[in-house]
Order: sequence, then structure tokens, then C-alpha cells
Amino acid sequence: MATFSFELVSPERVLFSGDVDAVVLPATEGDMTVLAGHAPTMTALKTGFLVITNTPGNGRRVLVRGGFADINQNGLTVLAERAMPAEELTQEILDHEILQAEMAWDATSDPAAKHAAEAAIAQLREAKAALNM
Amino acid sequence: MPSLKDLRNRIASVKATQKITKAMQMVAAAKLRRAQSAAEAARPYAERMEVVLGNLASGITVGPETPRLLAGTGSDRVHLLIVCTAERGLCGAFNSSIARLAREHTNRLMAEGKTVKIICVGKKGYDILRRQFGQQIIEFVDLRSVRQIGFEQADMIAQKVLGLFEQGEFDVATLFYSRFRSVIAQIPTAQQIVPAQIETTAASSDAVYDYEPDEGEILATLLPRNLTVQIFRALLENAASEQGARMSAMDNATRNAGEMIKKQTMTYNRSRQAMITKELIEIISGAEAL
Repeated sequence: MATFSFELVSPERVLFSGDVDAVVLPATEGDMTVLAGHAPTMTALKTGFLVITNTPGNGRRVLVRGGFADINQNGLTVLAERAMPAEELTQEILDHEILQAEMAWDATSDPAAKHAAEAAIAQLREAKAALNM
Repeated sequence: MPSLKDLRNRIASVKATQKITKAMQMVAAAKLRRAQSAAEAARPYAERMEVVLGNLASGITVGPETPRLLAGTGSDRVHLLIVCTAERGLCGAFNSSIARLAREHTNRLMAEGKTVKIICVGKKGYDILRRQFGQQIIEFVDLRSVRQIGFEQADMIAQKVLGLFEQGEFDVATLFYSRFRSVIAQIPTAQQIVPAQIETTAASSDAVYDYEPDEGEILATLLPRNLTVQIFRALLENAASEQGARMSAMDNATRNAGEMIKKQTMTYNRSRQAMITKELIEIISGAEAL
């Protein structure tokens, strides 16, 4: 299977850099899978799991909270606002994230922002359920 | 001529000071390593951000619907200066050189008849600038309780700046910080962050991009993030510079203390010898007189 170069960077560090087979992105318009030779695309990300596949049938999951993905001829670059690998996630971290999202929901009165915060809360709860916590 | 006891005391106190400066130097060296690796870890994100923004900006033409963070407000009457300094002193000329750059900038702007507003990040810069520009300072961000600067702190400052911008409180924002070149060289830098200065890359414009949701919306969310990233980078560079400056300042201080000890020990020994000689002469001349 053809591979392409993929980089996942958060403001604090580079989480992943290397060649992969496929990456599933939690794009704002719906999840999308990026394979080698994808058309140049730029998309915003919502809260959700990003799945990196570098060996068939084996995925690494990373929870991202917002950010951007830039797909061009050189590969895929994801700029995540916050990114946490699934293996580093704990219940406390998720609870803290949910609390923060709820606080953001409380703090804003802008309907669009409220909607985004609501979606983030739902997705974080989903992530919590997915990890059996 | 100070007495022997005075000299002994003086040497002891300089030795104590030397111990402190030596310890501070070593602590700064350890912290510098951490700050430097944090700055390096954050670099890829800022670089990618620039590339992505460059790609994006080269695809659009500046028009009335362009976000104001990129195009500007159309005037440059009110300037906002964000001055980032350290929370602690004893780091050589680090704080004062940033403050001096900010002061020169402020004086020049005020001479041109522009309005200047200042946000101080870090206590030392606030202390220095407060004396001259007490009226211009609109906010003081205290990061003393923060051990390791994280993205949240940068985000907090960026949100403040964005809030002010949306209320039309300023037209141009400039960030002052010290760029970390090496342990002995930190360069005070002024960087304009609003309107964003983006290098457009011509090479990538031949690729046709798909945008999701759409170009304008992505740009509108990317630009505030870019602001946060720039501030974050400045804070990290500043943290590394501060430790570097402190390390070399304390190294100098330790060396100076060493020299002082050497000189004073010399004086101490000389006067001790002189005293012994004097006493001997007294005894001998006393014996001869008998």
C-alpha cells in the first residue's frame, strides 16, 4: 500500500512524524480518511479521535481538540490545538476537558460558539464511552 | 586601614555572595536547558502554521471581506504594545533592554501623535515602564505563579488582545520580546502581530486547494490562532533568553567575586605580615635596649 508522510503537531510538541498508510481525521464536516495521493485540501478539525494507520489493521488513536489539517502534495500536516494519544488519556484528563468545555459553553452567548461547545462536550463524552471509562 | 577582623569579615561576606551567584548560575543553566527544549519543541507548530497561513493567504486577494486581523483596520492611529519581560531580576540587561526598546518605540509613536496602549507581561517590565508610561499601561499580566509556560497562558493573553481588537481599541499591535540566539546573545525584538504579517509563498499557489468548510471561515479561525502561536513563541523565547541572560550575568558575578576575594586576601595577608614584623621589631628593639 502506498504511504505518505504525516505530521501531527500540537503547540507544545510533535506527536507523530513519519510515513503512514491512512489517517482518519475528525473534520468539521464529518470524518474523512486521507490516503496517499489525496487532493490538496485544507480542513478545520473538531473534537474527536484521529486514527493513524501505519500497518494494516492497526490504528493509533489520538484525541484532538480542534485544529487544522493541511493536505498537499508533500503529505498531511495536522495542527492540533490540543492532542492527547489515547494511551495517555485518563478519566481525570477527560473529566477536566469536559469541565472546560462546559465552562466555555457557560461563558459564551454567541449561538455558533455555544453550538461548537455543545458538540465538543458530546464528543468528549463519546470518547469517554469509547475508552470504557 | 581596616583592621584584620574587618578584612576577614569582608572576605567571608564576598565568599557567601559568590556561593549564591554560583548556585544561581547553575540553576539557570539547568532551567535554560528545559526552556530551550520547550522552545524547540514548539517551533515546528509555529513553522507549519506559517506555511499553512502563507498557502492560504497567497490564494486570496485582500478585499473588503478579508478578515481585519489580516487586512488591518485601515488606519494606524492607536498602537498596542505587548511587552513581555521576566518576572524576576538578576539577569543582566535582559529586562532593561526589552523595556528600552519598548520605550523608544513608544516615544517615537507618541512624537508622531499616535495613541499608545501598553500591555505588560511580566512584573519587571511593568515596574520599569510604569514610571514613565503609567497612563498608557492598560493591563498587567502576572505569570509569577506559572512554573512552565504553557499554551493556556499564551491563549489567555491572545484572547485579551483579540477582545480589545474586536472592540476597536487599537489598530496595530506589536509584540516585544527577546529572541534567543545563544547563551550570550539575546536580541530584543519588536514584532508586529496585528495586522498579521504573512509571507505569501508563490510556489504553492499552483496547487488547487479544496477548503472545508470554506476559505474565509478557515482563515477567520486560523488568524486568531496564529496570534496565540506568535505570543506563545515569544513567551518561550523569552523564557529561554531570561535563563541565558541570568546564566551569563551570574557567571560574571561569580568571577568578579573571585577577583575581589583574591585582592582582599592579598591585602589581608600583607597587613598581617606587617603586623608580625612590627611586633618583632618591637621585641628586638626592646631586647637590645636592655
